[in-house]
Amino acid sequence: MATQTGTAFADDPRIIEYDVRTDEMLINMGPQHPSTHGVLRLVLRTDGEIVSEAVPHIGYLHRCAEKIGENLAPRQFVPYTDRMDYLAGMNMNLGWALAVEKLMNLEIPEKAKHLRVIIAEMNRIASHLVGMGTYGLDLGSFSPFLYAFREREKILDLFEEACGARLTYSYLTVGGATHDLPATWLEKCEAFLDQLLPVITEYHTLLTTNAIFVRRAANIGVMSAATAIDFGCTGPVLRGSGVDQDLRRDGEQWYTEMYDGYAFEVIVEKDGHYPKDHEYPAIPKTAVLGDCWHRFYVRMLEVIQSIDLVRQAIDRYRTATGSHCVPVKLNQKLPKGEAYLETECPKGQMGFFIVSRGEAIPWRVRARSSCFSNLSVTHELCRGCLLADVPAIVGSLDIVMGEIDR
Amino acid sequence: MAEFFSTYLPSWLAQLVTGLIQCVILLHVPLVGAMFFVWVERKAAARIQDRLGPTRVGGMFGWLQLLADGLKLLTKEDLRPQEADAMLFRLAPYVGFCASFTVFLALPFSDGWVVQWLDVGVFFILAVLGLEVFGVILAGWASASKWSLFGAMREAAQVVSYEVPLGMCVVVPVMIAGTMDLVAIGRMQEGLFTNWFIFHDPFTFVIFFVYFTCGIASVNRAPFDLAEAESELVAGFHTEYSGFRWLIFYMAEYGSMFIVSGLAAILFFGGWNGPIPLADLLGLTDANGELAGYLGRFLGMLNFVFKSVLGVTVMIWVRWTVPRLRIDQVMTMCLKYCTPIAAVMFLGATLWTYTFPGGVTGLRGTPYGTVRGVSAQRVELSDLTPATEDAEGAAGEGSDNKPAEEHAGDVAAAAADGEAAAASTPSGPLSIATFASSRARSR
Repeated sequence: MATQTGTAFADDPRIIEYDVRTDEMLINMGPQHPSTHGVLRLVLRTDGEIVSEAVPHIGYLHRCAEKIGENLAPRQFVPYTDRMDYLAGMNMNLGWALAVEKLMNLEIPEKAKHLRVIIAEMNRIASHLVGMGTYGLDLGSFSPFLYAFREREKILDLFEEACGARLTYSYLTVGGATHDLPATWLEKCEAFLDQLLPVITEYHTLLTTNAIFVRRAANIGVMSAATAIDFGCTGPVLRGSGVDQDLRRDGEQWYTEMYDGYAFEVIVEKDGHYPKDHEYPAIPKTAVLGDCWHRFYVRMLEVIQSIDLVRQAIDRYRTATGSHCVPVKLNQKLPKGEAYLETECPKGQMGFFIVSRGEAIPWRVRARSSCFSNLSVTHELCRGCLLADVPAIVGSLDIVMGEIDR
Repeated sequence: MAEFFSTYLPSWLAQLVTGLIQCVILLHVPLVGAMFFVWVERKAAARIQDRLGPTRVGGMFGWLQLLADGLKLLTKEDLRPQEADAMLFRLAPYVGFCASFTVFLALPFSDGWVVQWLDVGVFFILAVLGLEVFGVILAGWASASKWSLFGAMREAAQVVSYEVPLGMCVVVPVMIAGTMDLVAIGRMQEGLFTNWFIFHDPFTFVIFFVYFTCGIASVNRAPFDLAEAESELVAGFHTEYSGFRWLIFYMAEYGSMFIVSGLAAILFFGGWNGPIPLADLLGLTDANGELAGYLGRFLGMLNFVFKSVLGVTVMIWVRWTVPRLRIDQVMTMCLKYCTPIAAVMFLGATLWTYTFPGGVTGLRGTPYGTVRGVSAQRVELSDLTPATEDAEGAAGEGSDNKPAEEHAGDVAAAAADGEAAAASTPSGPLSIATFASSRARSR
């Protein structure tokens, strides 16, 4: 199949063959492949184990979410945002809600803002845990995946208690949240955070500093800061390349005011070091800024950062005034105009664009997917890598097909 | 058994019947063993991953899960891709399994308990185990799937490469023992655990770990399971297999795992000899009658199986802990690390054996096969003669045994007195080998 007997050119005296002539092989990775994170299809052009080209084909999970949004009231569209990045439904809800609120110029109470920070950061932890676990899976290490899911399960339990759902929450909605947090929820959340922090150290020993893991991830899929910016990469993928951008700090006022007064540092490498507020393992010598290892590491550190943010938010929520939401009627007319807002989701910058003609139902809805841009860099990173590096690179981008195809 | 049948049947038929019966019995070792290991793997993996694993089928611990798994696989449709080469596709699992199963013929489970007692047992095992790769290559090629082909090519590259360091590692205990006969090698490690070859010298200690690494690689277990790397190659060479054929691949894999750890147990961990010679201390030797000898050997078999299962468990443990290596890293590991280390250790072990033929410390001073005090006492019981003389007598009695028979008489005297031999044994490996074999029990 891969080799060819040299009969075709045997008569041509000008061609001298020094080696076994080999053919390139086109091979479909996906859409039913175990490590393409859903229904991604990569068409690989391989020469033996070496991949000369990797072209992502998308669209297998397209559900016309944006078109549906043009037929529903903004509050009705919230469940559809859940199904975009289904690993971080809360963050999707939040992005949509903020965009609609921006259009309506709707100020929400202090308490609702802190509640949103708690919930959004908790979901960021959950999403990064899945990202970490599946990355281990991509590299052939099964157990960390289940450890990560064990911890995520506890977050889901908390979410279930808060809103009744475990995956598609529709909890953060236009005007705040559907319910206030139940009694004793904050205590449970704090207990969980106390328990999670030491566990992260275990993950570092299992993956981050594991010799085989470092060999598989360090200096693989190196993406320069310029490439990352050119391809519109965002989130941990961008920060893993050393670009200091985080919308929670650098975003629009409408979004960043949620985080006003919170103490946190953007997780990005500066002079060979990451911001330290916890005991972290050192960067291995073989790791290069922008490789898979750094992207993975940024996520691991963001978990710790989010733990800190949730703790701060809990303190503020306890003393905050106001309600958990301002009531918004389902058929409330939207003001004429348009609004676009990007938020910092676990996977990157997720933007929602909404245009209204003054009716209750928006005229146009559009989502800017972070994973879509992050995935587009696959072709660039996979050129000339080995077959086994393809899952390593795609996994380090931490994509969710639901968000890409929408 | 053959003698028993030959009283009723012509001798050729008796041989045939005996062979068939032995084969059927032996076939159950890899089959039942594989099922057991599947269960162990599921349980161990579950515990490692903070789960419970199978708990329901068969009551406690889900021990019947293996049967349920087997039934499920047997009732599955036997699929074959349209493009596949029908004959090779069907043949491949059996090639792999036969190679794995045939090895069990030469693997001694206890002292003398081996289906085919071979002078070149080690060589035979390595050679036949290497044939397993044909099944995988055939499967990959015949499946007409690109992923399968990738798996097969990886397997071919990997297994053929790892044969080299694996062979070099195995040569070290063989060199120390002076024989390739696995039964003889096992007998040389009788006595306290300090007689095990892994504690023979620092080089064998190191080389055991090299051997185990290469062994994991040669049976395609994580982190070297590139041929079936599920995150890259879907399922590698058995992507297109289903049901029973797939099960056969699986059994072959678990059988090979058992063989590699069993070989490690014999070559480095004293085989059927426990850390303390319990059977000897309890008097379960041939000297005290046939039943006692049988019980002693049965204890030995438990020892051997325990050690082998322990090795398999370590492989399972490793699999569920570490990520997978990349193909170039696997080859680098083989060619740049394992092979040179094995070569250096081989050289070191050679020099060590040459320099200290009888060992360096007091413990090592006794020739293999004796424990000071214990051995003397045991022989005394059996022959009712002074300890210093009886080895010669034993040599005479035991000389109908297979290994190194011709040397038995002339070197037995030199090796007879354990304490004295420590200082003055003229040629280490030879005398050691013959001494141990001279004390060989009847088969």
